[in-house]
Amino acid sequence: MADGKEGDLKLLGMHVSPFAHRVSMALGVKGVRYEYIEEDLFHKSELLLSSNPVHKKVPVLIHDGRPICESLAIVEYVDEVWSGDGRPAILPADPYERAIARFWASYIDDKFFPAWLGIMRATTEEARGEKVKETQDAVQNLEKAFSEIAGGKGFFGGDTVGYLDLALGCFLPWFGAMRMMFGLEVIEAATAPLLAGWAERFGETAVAKEVLPEPEKAVAYAKKLQAYRASLNK
Amino acid sequence: MSATVKLIGFFDSPFAHRAEVALRLKGVPYELILEEDLHNKSELLLKSNPIHKKVPVLLHGDRTICESLVILEYVDEAFDGPPLLPVDPYGRAMARFWARFLDDKCSKPFWLSLWTEGEAQKGFVKEIKENLKLLEGQLVKGRKRFFGGDAVGYLDVASCGFAHWLPVFEEVAGVRLVTEEEYPDLCRWAKEYASDETVKQCLPDRAELLAHFTARKDFFVATAKAIMAPN
Repeated sequence: MADGKEGDLKLLGMHVSPFAHRVSMALGVKGVRYEYIEEDLFHKSELLLSSNPVHKKVPVLIHDGRPICESLAIVEYVDEVWSGDGRPAILPADPYERAIARFWASYIDDKFFPAWLGIMRATTEEARGEKVKETQDAVQNLEKAFSEIAGGKGFFGGDTVGYLDLALGCFLPWFGAMRMMFGLEVIEAATAPLLAGWAERFGETAVAKEVLPEPEKAVAYAKKLQAYRASLNK
Repeated sequence: MSATVKLIGFFDSPFAHRAEVALRLKGVPYELILEEDLHNKSELLLKSNPIHKKVPVLLHGDRTICESLVILEYVDEAFDGPPLLPVDPYGRAMARFWARFLDDKCSKPFWLSLWTEGEAQKGFVKEIKENLKLLEGQLVKGRKRFFGGDAVGYLDVASCGFAHWLPVFEEVAGVRLVTEEEYPDLCRWAKEYASDETVKQCLPDRAELLAHFTARKDFFVATAKAIMAPN
């Protein structure tokens, strides 16, 4: 659905970056076409370094030559630029519902993400155990949030995917990777039944199927990263 | 919606100030509920913000909103009045990016540059000074009086800590991070922000802040040690 607003639209991403996937999925929800550029994060391009000099990270959305950085800021930008014209909205319309969505997106990035990432990065059993507990506590909070926000519907966004679905759903390939690497279930059906149901449902959506890679890809990347870190420590 | 608005805050908190000044900029009448002691939090605070247990918390009728930046956007969207965020999507994305930069990249090195020593402190001082230069760069573009342009906006409010609280912390810690020579635009902005008619109505008294922080210096040093401890 090209309508001229697309102009020159590029997304700098990485094939297993959940944060880049948030943006790809947002663009998918809106039906917007763009040029995808795969970045090698071990050899960052001039374009990436000049577009995101502050963080030097993906994703970066470059719209008519202007870079926008930070995945959640980019998703809100996409929602605002490609609004109306019968396109689905990503954030809810109501200010209070938007506040709730933003609160939990912040929680996902500030508390949940560092916890499960910490499981992968832990170097001792004790440290890993602590991060597992933190992750489980965060999942319980998100389970409760889902029951309050979804109000009996299938997604955080209601009948269709919204902001929080993208913010959390982007991690599903990595949860699959952790299952494969550690035998660890981040979202356990026994203790987080609503989220487990949501995860399956989200994985079946067109936008998730189009964007999210198989967990094997994340495992392969994790091994590459491990080897790289080990080589630095020699 | 004409329901009552209450704000749970604490006098020394720049995060609570962010929320309070947003309400004032929008012209929203509110009742301020001040926590007396953040080491002995009220039932109301613990019940209203069970996840983080922090101020500020905005109570709007039966709605509860937590996290200062989330509150800023809520106040901007739920009430009429001059916009706090820029109107255009790109401007909004920039404002959100820099506000997150403050909380994600500036808070920690700022805090640790004050209360640590030796080589570690040197590293944090370098980091916060570089990051403050990046923030200042947002003012220099277009020679702006405020981050928001001609009027105080979202990013000015988000940056309030560096306008009013930073000099007090510098004095208590005996550490100088921001000088007029090195940061002419940031210092000019800080003065503009703190003397704005609306802002100054809800800035805590400098002498009170100084006394309060001086009394808590040992606690601050302990928090820095805890952050630095290997885990």
